[in-house]
Amino acid sequence: MDEALTAETITMTGHNGDEVEAYLAQPLGTDSFGGVVVIHHMPGYDGGTKEITRRFAAHGYAALMPNLYHRDAPGASSDDAAATARAKGGVPDERLVGDVRGAADYLRALDGANGKVGVIGYCSGGRQSFLAACSLPLDAAVDCYGAFVVGTPPEGMPLKVGPIAHLAPNLSCPLLGLFGAEDQYPSPEQVDELDKILIEAGKEHEFHSYQGAGHAFFSVDRPAYRVEAANDGWQKIWDFYGRYLAG
Amino acid sequence: MCTYLTEKIEVSGSGKGTGGWFTLTDATVYLDHPVHAPAEHTLNIDFLNPANGPSARVAVELTAESARALVQAIEATLASAPPGLV
Repeated sequence: MDEALTAETITMTGHNGDEVEAYLAQPLGTDSFGGVVVIHHMPGYDGGTKEITRRFAAHGYAALMPNLYHRDAPGASSDDAAATARAKGGVPDERLVGDVRGAADYLRALDGANGKVGVIGYCSGGRQSFLAACSLPLDAAVDCYGAFVVGTPPEGMPLKVGPIAHLAPNLSCPLLGLFGAEDQYPSPEQVDELDKILIEAGKEHEFHSYQGAGHAFFSVDRPAYRVEAANDGWQKIWDFYGRYLAG
Repeated sequence: MCTYLTEKIEVSGSGKGTGGWFTLTDATVYLDHPVHAPAEHTLNIDFLNPANGPSARVAVELTAESARALVQAIEATLASAPPGLV
C-alpha cells in the first residue's frame, strides 16, 4: 500500500434530510474498500480530526467525518462552532444518529465500496460511536475514551446527554474500546461496568486500557498525547477493522 | 474529560474580535479542553454576541491558577474604585 489518497470537503445528507458539511478521504489505487465514519471530538471538526480521517484513507479505507456542529455555526471556524455547540448543550442524540446514518449511506454508495462500514469516535464521539452502533446496522465500532456510556453526569451539569448502556442489547456489531487508565470520564470502574454489561448481553467486544495514559491520548497536538498508548491503539484499530471492514 | 460544565451570563460591554469591536451580550465560562493553551484542561471564557453569529466571540483559555488570579484582580480593582465611579 502506497498510502495515496484524495481528501475533500463534501456535502452529505444528514439527519432530517439536512445538508451537512463533511470531510471525505478516499484511498487511491484500491479496487475495493471498507468505510469508516469518523466522529470528531468535542472540540469539533478541526484539523486534528481531519488528519485522523486522512489516516484511514492512507490505510485503505474511505473515511467520512460529518461536521456535527454545521447546523449550529455554518461556515464558522471549528473553535467558534464548538463554542456555539457547547453553549447549546452539545449534539442531540437523535441528530447524531441521523448524521452517522447519512454518512454510512454515503460511504456505501461510493464507487469501490465493499458495503462494510464502521464507526469510530473520540472523546464525546466515543459515546456517540457506541450510540450509533446501538442504533444503526454497522460492521464494527470503536469507542475511544467516551464518557457517560455508563455513569450519570455530575449534579448540575447542563448536559443534554445521559448514560446509554441500556442500549447494549441493540449493539449491531463488534466493539473495540480504547481507554486511558488515568482517565476519570470514563473512569476504569465505568469501563469495567460497561465490559460486564456487554458480557451479560453476549456482545462481542474487546477493551484495552493503557497505563500512564488519560483522556485524549490520541491527540498529537495536545499535552494529553501518549505516544506508546496511541501507537498501540492505532495498531489495535488496524487489526480490528482489518477483521471486520477490509476489502 | 469533556465536562460540559458551563456557566452562562448576560453582559453589557464591548469586545474586540477578528472583525473589530462589537457589542457583547453574553458570556460563557467553562472548564474543558483548550483549543490552544498547552494544558489538558483550562478555564475558558467566551465573550459573545450570538445575534452576530458564532464568530462574534472573544475567547480566552486560562489555567485555573490564572483564572483565580484574574478574579481577584477584577474584584480588587472594582473594590478600590473611587466612590460613585462604579
